[in-house]
Amino acid sequence: MFNAYYLQVLVVVGINTILALGLNLITGITGQLSLGHAAFMSIGAYTSAILSLKYQLPFAVVLLSGAFMAAFFGIILGFPTLRLSGDYLAITTLGFAEITKVVLLNMESAGKALGLAGIPQKANVYNVYVLVIVVVFALIRLINSRVGRAFQAIREDEIAAEATGIPITRYKIMAFAIGSFLAGLGGGLYAHYLTYINPTDFGFLKSIEILNMVVLGGMGSIPGSVLGALILTVVPEMLRFVQDYRMLFYGVVLIFLMIFRPNGLLGGVSLTKMLSTRKRRNLETNN
Amino acid sequence: MFLQQLINGITLGSTYALIALGYTMVYGIIQLINFAHGEVYMVGAFTGLIFVNMFGANIALAILGAMICCMLLGVLIERIAYRPLQGSSRLSALISAIGVSIFLSTLVVLIRGPQTTSYPQMFKIVLYQVGPAKISNLQILIMIISAILMIALHLIVQKTKVGKAMRACAQDQDAARLMGISVEKIISLTFALGSALAAAGGVLVGIYFNAVFPTMGMMAGMKAFSAAVLGGIGSIPGAVLGGLFLGIAEVFGVAYLSSSYRDAIAFSILILVLLIKPTGLLGKPIQKKV
Repeated sequence: MFNAYYLQVLVVVGINTILALGLNLITGITGQLSLGHAAFMSIGAYTSAILSLKYQLPFAVVLLSGAFMAAFFGIILGFPTLRLSGDYLAITTLGFAEITKVVLLNMESAGKALGLAGIPQKANVYNVYVLVIVVVFALIRLINSRVGRAFQAIREDEIAAEATGIPITRYKIMAFAIGSFLAGLGGGLYAHYLTYINPTDFGFLKSIEILNMVVLGGMGSIPGSVLGALILTVVPEMLRFVQDYRMLFYGVVLIFLMIFRPNGLLGGVSLTKMLSTRKRRNLETNN
Repeated sequence: MFLQQLINGITLGSTYALIALGYTMVYGIIQLINFAHGEVYMVGAFTGLIFVNMFGANIALAILGAMICCMLLGVLIERIAYRPLQGSSRLSALISAIGVSIFLSTLVVLIRGPQTTSYPQMFKIVLYQVGPAKISNLQILIMIISAILMIALHLIVQKTKVGKAMRACAQDQDAARLMGISVEKIISLTFALGSALAAAGGVLVGIYFNAVFPTMGMMAGMKAFSAAVLGGIGSIPGAVLGGLFLGIAEVFGVAYLSSSYRDAIAFSILILVLLIKPTGLLGKPIQKKV
């Protein structure tokens, strides 16, 4: 049953989950719309791939370097731009993603338009899913901490958050850095699983694909992002039989989902909240 | 050299401005980044081509036909993909817009194939000498048509009753509704006008670069949106200014820096301008209300 094809889909689901969780932290939980998540993914992918190819460093080291490099760029971009609000931020991240793509297309050490091939295949279903579990638990801990509550306060009302003494720019940059870190991690795994990367893999459509996972699953919901990544990776695979009509269906599905389920499948659902409401319900019925 | 690049830049910029107007109008009224707008522009370029090839239309008829078809398309998109989402979060509307964009570009690929099609030669290109530079009759035509359309839009928005209703909706939808304005109709009209301008832009670009292809909407749409933001989104003169500015900057960047960074130039300028003036060149300062 677990033939190579299913295994590949499974690994891609895992990688997409990490990417979606990173974006969910920025867009779903902190409320900052980013349309350039794929750029941070490409920074992580290229950094780790170059380190692997040129210096043969161990997998864990290259993966972390890629993730930190992405986080570093996240901070650099975040510093000036996170003071912008809403759609202005969105268009800046979009612009940043395009610039990153063009720079990679012209960079000698990144293989220009040919991309990088022959990256050692170090990622497999085990280490990807160990990382997915670590990331999910880390994010759940983060969201329920003081910092996580600050993130959510910023999403709900920036002015009120600022009035209660939350330094909003610092927290926004922090959310952006962690989200970019996860994007870089996902990018590194992607590069070391597919063994070939090309700047056009990380275009605008990739950013949108990740955003769709977050929105489809439900903004701000961790189980939602996991479900969104699962559905939006598996459904296009299942639609392979309709071949050319695949993207046509994908577009229609997006429109209908938004009309009938505008808050995503699991909008506002969180694991800890689900458990606590069940407890409360039990208490109420007992009384 | 300088004057030549300026002429080329203004030609390119006026087509960006035509597309940017649609973004800025829709954003001004319903605060939606209409991601499908780039695709409307692409469909406009193709319908223009169909009019020329199948009915032997001349340039004016091709533009007019494409504008009318895309008006209907714009209204249809608004009905199907945006109106049911009124009142839900803006991000859902954005995703729905992206869905429309993916749908339209795939549909055109399925119908026409992914290859680039060229426009038939519709009239003889004549070059005029202006000082050290040359300007073609096609470039003059593009500038004149763009200018006419922009002035027409300006007159509609500023001088007619419908235009007044549009401005009212942009200011405050609830108050506009209380004054007896049918907000739904005005939103439809905004989509129709914006889409018509994009279609005209599509036909003009198709003739100018002699190439139309199903994925042309994506990059043009993103650049035009950047132009709208650059000028201050929601502001009609801002979109024109932003479009011209980006077009000129892009042409100069390609000429004096490097052509391989062509697509990065527009976005770098956008980011730089937003850092200095966060609401765009002609944008009104946003007042945060508690």
